[in-house]
Amino acid sequence: MAYKFPSDEWIKALSELLNASDSYQRSAKDWEGDFIFIADPDDAYPETAYLHLQLYHGSSAGAAQVYPDDMPETEFIINAPYSTWRKVIDGKLDPIQGMMTGQLKLQGDLMKVMRYPKAAQEIVSCCAKIPTDWP
Amino acid sequence: MWHFVSPRIVFGESALSSLEEISMSRALVVTDQNLVQIGLVEQVLDQIKKAGCEVLVFDEVEPDPTLAAVELGKKAANDFQPDWIIGLGGGSPMDTSKAIWVLYERPDLIPAEINPFIHLGLREKSRLITIPTTSGTGADVTWAIVLTDSENNRKMGLGNRENAADIALVDPALASGMPPRLTADTGLDALTHAVEGFICTWHTDITDGLCLNAAREIFNYLPIAYEASQSDNPRQERYQQAREKMHNAATSAGLGFGNAMASLAHAMGHVLGSVFHIPHGRAVGLCLPYTIEFAARGDGTSRIATLARILDIRAPKNEIGEKFSSKLRDLASAVGNPLSLEELGLEKKDFEDQLDKLVDDAFNDTQIITSPRCPSFEELEKIFQYVYQGHPIDF
Repeated sequence: MAYKFPSDEWIKALSELLNASDSYQRSAKDWEGDFIFIADPDDAYPETAYLHLQLYHGSSAGAAQVYPDDMPETEFIINAPYSTWRKVIDGKLDPIQGMMTGQLKLQGDLMKVMRYPKAAQEIVSCCAKIPTDWP
Repeated sequence: MWHFVSPRIVFGESALSSLEEISMSRALVVTDQNLVQIGLVEQVLDQIKKAGCEVLVFDEVEPDPTLAAVELGKKAANDFQPDWIIGLGGGSPMDTSKAIWVLYERPDLIPAEINPFIHLGLREKSRLITIPTTSGTGADVTWAIVLTDSENNRKMGLGNRENAADIALVDPALASGMPPRLTADTGLDALTHAVEGFICTWHTDITDGLCLNAAREIFNYLPIAYEASQSDNPRQERYQQAREKMHNAATSAGLGFGNAMASLAHAMGHVLGSVFHIPHGRAVGLCLPYTIEFAARGDGTSRIATLARILDIRAPKNEIGEKFSSKLRDLASAVGNPLSLEELGLEKKDFEDQLDKLVDDAFNDTQIITSPRCPSFEELEKIFQYVYQGHPIDF
């Protein structure tokens, strides 16, 4: 079964894959900090979508699509146009290179993220494993 | 989209003399006491003084420079108010000079905040010149800053494209007196930059040629430069040529990997350096044959094969990693470097006591994510064990 990106089902699938990943659990064992991923509208997708991913000590306690009127406060927010997210999830854009060139915009403690490069890579690897239906 | 960053590079014989053409009024020279003692700092000061410039020498940089040294240098800069900062030495003084420069310009920052994602707004008070006195680090042309967090025994990879030097003076005479061990270690560091800059997943069309040519030059000239370092007559033309080729190759490799990335040998070498205080070039050069063998058993084969062709290594595709690694080991042996941690003299118990930390810290090193084949935790632990024993990678 394929999951539409962006959607509640898609981000929940990511949360489950992270919980099943030994490599993520070990590389993020000290990590504390939830993310909101914002897919901004572009030519390929007309709406803004907000995906909330909870991350704490190598596991994900939950995930959901959220909306501006009930947005949880998180330590990190990453914004990018829909098509840029697609490149990241397809493995065509390294997220750290994306941040270094301003294609992905991170709000939060950048240095904290840079201390966990392997965990970031594992999240992207898990994204690539999700059967994704692109609108 | 990507960027290629480079200082203006003045290179070759007498490059140092171009210092007198630079308009400067107050120069802070960041260096180490060894370079003061052997007279290299004096040579540079002579050139600066010809420009009628006031100079302050900050010579408190030590190998594996610490945050404390940067803090002292920042204070010296704030007191002296230079319009130029000059990083003179190997990687440690040059990286320290970059950090001092950033903190002098941006007193609101702490070193840990120097990262690639922010706008620094440098060059309001001063600019930076780098002058390498070893042929290896490439720190003269890269924007990376490696400092040691001595509280946690960990290297900190910092830097921002803006903090690349304005001018790099690459004068081979300054490195021509390097002793044998330093010649070998720094040469293998440059080779690791060239190889990893080419095979890493962030390689680019612009950096590939720099890395390939540097690798070829280092294979050709490092053994001669090493011979020169042991010779009673190091001024022979072939020795001087080898020294110059190595000096240029180190800078080329620095431009190559500095605008791409390094890879697994650097991730492993950084932690070996911070935990066991193994010199950087020796540590990364020691790991490189093993990480090449590991990459060649995964997706890294085609670029390793390209690199091997440039070096005249002929072998079937399934043997290319092994043949290339064998050539790397031959070069390391030719310049008297160890091929395993055991041979380097590291006690087995000390190694085993730190193995978990080595693996965990290597996984938190930014260079690991650009490996052509990224190991799992179990694989990385095994690679470290093979590096200890000197056992070629077979998985």
